[in-house]
Amino acid sequence: MSVVVWVCAVLIAVGAGLAIVRAERGPSMLDRTIALDVVLTALIAAVALYAAAERRADVVPVLVVLSLVGFVGSVSIARFAAVEPEGEGRVLTREEAAEQKAEQEAERAAAELAEAGLWEDQAEVDLPEDQAEVDLPEEPAEVDPPDDPAPDQRPGPAPEETR
Amino acid sequence: MTSATWVTIADVASLVLLLGGAFLAFAAGVGVLRFPDLLSRMHAGTKPQVLGLILVLAGLALRLRSGGAVWALVLVVVFQLLTAPVGAHMVGRAGYRTGKVRDDLLVVDELTRDADAATEED
Repeated sequence: MSVVVWVCAVLIAVGAGLAIVRAERGPSMLDRTIALDVVLTALIAAVALYAAAERRADVVPVLVVLSLVGFVGSVSIARFAAVEPEGEGRVLTREEAAEQKAEQEAERAAAELAEAGLWEDQAEVDLPEDQAEVDLPEEPAEVDPPDDPAPDQRPGPAPEETR
Repeated sequence: MTSATWVTIADVASLVLLLGGAFLAFAAGVGVLRFPDLLSRMHAGTKPQVLGLILVLAGLALRLRSGGAVWALVLVVVFQLLTAPVGAHMVGRAGYRTGKVRDDLLVVDELTRDADAATEED
């Protein structure tokens, strides 16, 4: 009895460990989703194994909750986080982070400078006083993000290559 | 046969089922780690999500042998049967649209063919 339970526990633990290695390696968000789904399934199996070994019926609600949580997680990642920009799937080193921050600062400063210049130009060219406010350059309107990750474009194989 | 015999039989059957489910969880870990692309990893990862879960929960039900707990386990299985295809569909679609499907590993790619045909008709 207890030998079989231990064998099961080791199998589940090794399976979950291998899946965690895949979740760490990636390479994409979806691979991690799948790997974490496997980890969650191993967790459900482990709780069920515990309940079976100890004959405890009171942990059964935990199984229900775990199976609910896994669905929400994988669907929301597939829906909202599937598209990730190149190179963002890893942790930056300290130098890279500093470089990126400096770049952003420079960009913001340049944008502020350009905006100030634009406003001055506007003031010089400006016509009558009462229209001054109407003619001011508008802030660029926020573009609505597309509902779906890349609905139209599919960077898959070219049409000629299909069999 | 006496009821003690049946209890022993149920316990042994439950251990066999638990062992099968645990083996599937292990196989899924190996497959997810070693397979080369998203779709084949999905293929490996969904084995314990349905069959493995059914095996483990059947083993647990044989061990608990009480009405309420068994119905809760049936609920878990039904829920997993409903949600696993939906989740896999979403992951697969997102992977296809973001170009994570390696077409050199595919034997047949009907989706690309049909999508191209549909685009040409427009």
